Amino acid sequence: MSEANQNHNQEHHIVSPRVYLLIFGALLVCTAATVAASYVEMGPLNPIVALGIAVIKAVLVVLYFMHVKYSSKLTKLTVGAGVFTFFILIGMTLSDYMSRAWGRW
Amino acid sequence: MSETTAIAGAAEQGHHAHPPYQRHHFETIAQQNDATNFAMWLFLLTEIMFFGGLFCAYLIYRNWYYPAFVAASHQLDIFWGTLNTGVLITSSFTMAMGVWCAETKKKSGLVLCLALTFVLGLAFLGVKGIEYHEKWEKHHIPGLHYSLNSFLNPSTDEAAVKAGDDKHPIAADMAVHTELYFFLYFAMTGMHALHMIIGIAILGFMLVRAQAGAYTNGHVTFVENFGLYWHFVDIIWIFLFPLLYLISRHPQ
Repeated sequence: MSEANQNHNQEHHIVSPRVYLLIFGALLVCTAATVAASYVEMGPLNPIVALGIAVIKAVLVVLYFMHVKYSSKLTKLTVGAGVFTFFILIGMTLSDYMSRAWGRW
Repeated sequence: MSETTAIAGAAEQGHHAHPPYQRHHFETIAQQNDATNFAMWLFLLTEIMFFGGLFCAYLIYRNWYYPAFVAASHQLDIFWGTLNTGVLITSSFTMAMGVWCAETKKKSGLVLCLALTFVLGLAFLGVKGIEYHEKWEKHHIPGLHYSLNSFLNPSTDEAAVKAGDDKHPIAADMAVHTELYFFLYFAMTGMHALHMIIGIAILGFMLVRAQAGAYTNGHVTFVENFGLYWHFVDIIWIFLFPLLYLISRHPQ
């Protein structure tokens, strides 16, 4: 219970407007970067760069706008479990589809 | 209602003093906040899996019918997509500021932030409406007089010419799969838009309540959890934007 109480104290952390403004700026810069990158010919790297920037943006939103950085371990574990389950959905499905058509592309 | 609870609570012998908005089955307000926050995240996990299924379908079909998906994605306008991304990120920022205003008990600030988020949400839907209307005019709505003209005769289509598709038109048996791209496009952006509409409706409800002094009395749970929902909808768009608009600009 004492450990849970410590987490409670952390949860009341109020994120300052300065942090929100910085993250907002970073998100706008990332958006500009991903649009600019889409006009550069990079072959197979184009989707990888675009998704990489999207992941960076999503992590910024989750950690700061959604306060996960300042949340309890329970919340962090829940978010982690969600991402993990999502990767099982994508990973297992894609590995099945790709291995069935192996060598017949 | 909360007032009567407080009076009843105070009247009882040996009852702990607590804020009127604390439910009786929670020991402390911190425990109540933890429980509601956890519940909200569990709901968001189901949403991740729901949209995850759509993303998964998109990835598989894009791999199968790659030329069709590339040609069809050239029909989307990067300008509108970028504008909408900016609008939605700004609305996420105003929502985050709204949560801060509620936490620091700034009533007029909260009302302003909620109103801005409300307007930006409507602006997003307006832009989406412009884009949907263009698809309607070009018969790019699957199942509804769907036309392959943009893909079979790319030289007659402005967007296709701009992307250079008139030099390498796709085969007729591949072109039919562009309908699948638009099916997924409307399913994904449509489900996203539905989440926006629900969010805007709740924002309207919160706007009225906030003007009456709610959320700035120390009980910020509702605003905080709605913030989580709104940011989650923003994250979905953060992935939809590159997948639908950007990654097919340079097909190998």
